[in-house]
Amino acid sequence: MLKEGQYRNPSGCAVSAVIDRSGKPMSGRRMIDSIAVMHERSNGLGGGFAGYGIYPDHKEFYAFHLFFDDRAARKTTEEYILRHFEIAYSSEIQTRKLPTVTDEPIIWRYFLAPLPRKLADSHLDEREYVARCVNRINSGIDGAYVFSSGKNMGVFKGVGYPEDIGEFYRLDEYEGYCWTCHGRYPTNTPGWWGGAHPFGLLDFTIVHNGEISSYDANRRYIEMFGYKCTLRTDTEVITYIMDYLVRKRGLTLREAAKVIAPSFWTTIETKSEEEQREERFLRRAFPSLLITGPFSIIVGYDGGIMALNDRLKLRSAVCAEKGDLAFVASEESAIRRIEPDLDRVWAPAGGEAVVFELYGKEAAR
Amino acid sequence: MKIDARGQTAKRLNAAIAASHDKVVEVEGVVGQRYLGTALVDKILKIDGIPGNALGAYLDGAEIELFGNAQEATGDTMNAGEIVIHGNAGDATGYAMRGGKIFVEGDVGYRCGIHMKAYRDAHPAIVIGGRAGSFLGEYQAGGTIVVLGGEDESRTVGYFCGTGMHGGEIWLRAAQPPSTLPPQVRADKVDTLPEHIEELIEQWCEKFEKEPNIYTGSKFLRLTPDTANPYKRLYTAN
Repeated sequence: MLKEGQYRNPSGCAVSAVIDRSGKPMSGRRMIDSIAVMHERSNGLGGGFAGYGIYPDHKEFYAFHLFFDDRAARKTTEEYILRHFEIAYSSEIQTRKLPTVTDEPIIWRYFLAPLPRKLADSHLDEREYVARCVNRINSGIDGAYVFSSGKNMGVFKGVGYPEDIGEFYRLDEYEGYCWTCHGRYPTNTPGWWGGAHPFGLLDFTIVHNGEISSYDANRRYIEMFGYKCTLRTDTEVITYIMDYLVRKRGLTLREAAKVIAPSFWTTIETKSEEEQREERFLRRAFPSLLITGPFSIIVGYDGGIMALNDRLKLRSAVCAEKGDLAFVASEESAIRRIEPDLDRVWAPAGGEAVVFELYGKEAAR
Repeated sequence: MKIDARGQTAKRLNAAIAASHDKVVEVEGVVGQRYLGTALVDKILKIDGIPGNALGAYLDGAEIELFGNAQEATGDTMNAGEIVIHGNAGDATGYAMRGGKIFVEGDVGYRCGIHMKAYRDAHPAIVIGGRAGSFLGEYQAGGTIVVLGGEDESRTVGYFCGTGMHGGEIWLRAAQPPSTLPPQVRADKVDTLPEHIEELIEQWCEKFEKEPNIYTGSKFLRLTPDTANPYKRLYTAN
């Protein structure tokens, strides 16, 4: 069977997200109910969730979620992990067997702390050290794939309808202050568990509806900085672009949004002098990271989410608020299912980033 | 007849609507069911909730009244009839519409009226009470779009209004033309509204209980394709 990376997948898809800005935890059940409304946007070949704040008892450790094809791959990977990390706790991820979710790989979870001496010798920032280890496992060990690697958060994904994947991972038993999810509609899929969304690197996750036409231009540029686009899907390259701009170059999320979905030059001309200066600078500094083609994405990170549409708005996205809760989804109905009575509902313009964060997060920076 | 939509698929809802012997069918508790009222000919459908995409697609004479917001592609390729939305409508409202009328109380998203067209006695019309997003009337080939702009006349439409427009007319309640109008579209200031536009505005006011004088006394712009500057040789020299 051809896997992602040997086959390119254009996709349709559904996205949804909820965050309680007061930090109050909620069950993953809410996201399962939301994404189920948009069943027709998926075709059963991929679904997934990211939950934030779900591991409060192990929040100081990097939580790795891994797919293994077989026990040999697990053994090789664990040998690698032990050379680079201390394993605080590890176990197979508990799942619920369902007739609609089949051919699942071996799925394990590890709570890890980098070995202090190894980390010091590497002369790397801790997060860069972890990101490189993820990269090494994914590109170097056959049959092993790290699909989640942040602290106090986790990605859960697989092949199936998203609502079934949510049941499979028993997400009703997890509680987090923020959830994002994705239902996939790839038109030519090899159907591999690692190819489902969300894509994650450290605490950054991306769910994405669309098909970017600038993929190769973006990939060539981002690979210059050590990223390896092994899966050849749009979402993977967007994940690396966001990681590069925000973690490595220190841009804010809103600035990063102006790089990947900038205004047209003619539109920039109509803006204030200060806005013109900023937008012109960002377009000129990172021209190869402009993403063209239709997309709506939700970026999840420690303490917040950001929603963004392509600048032509060729995909739908709706935002809403109700008290401390904030929502983003491909369709308003997916929000109304879990919160019928909303304070505010609006559709952001193309290229307009909408950021919802925990209260006090902005001040903490 | 009243139908409770909770837990029902779109297919079952449409079958129940079609099977009803009553002229008026009320559907409540709608959350995300797509294609409601597809190709419906002679009923009055009243919907409570948030229907899924393509509400009233291929509508062929029926009347749909929605109490809630509409999602994407409302009235996709509709042929005849009327859709009234007490709320906002999403992107591509009136997509490739061929006849009938759509009245929206609030705003519409991007690409409203994309590819709408007119033929002989079929003249589709969309009246928007609020603001229209970017690419209003993209590739418009016929029919009429009216944007009232709500309270604030200065923000009637987004960017790139009338891109690729080659037929029909767009009426904006605005004193100044949009800043990014393509060179192939001309904007004329109109002081006295023609009868067919006044009629559309009056119909909109009646449906949403507004005072017509507020709107009909305002300055309007009429956008049409500029026949003196056609699209000739836009792509190739042939």
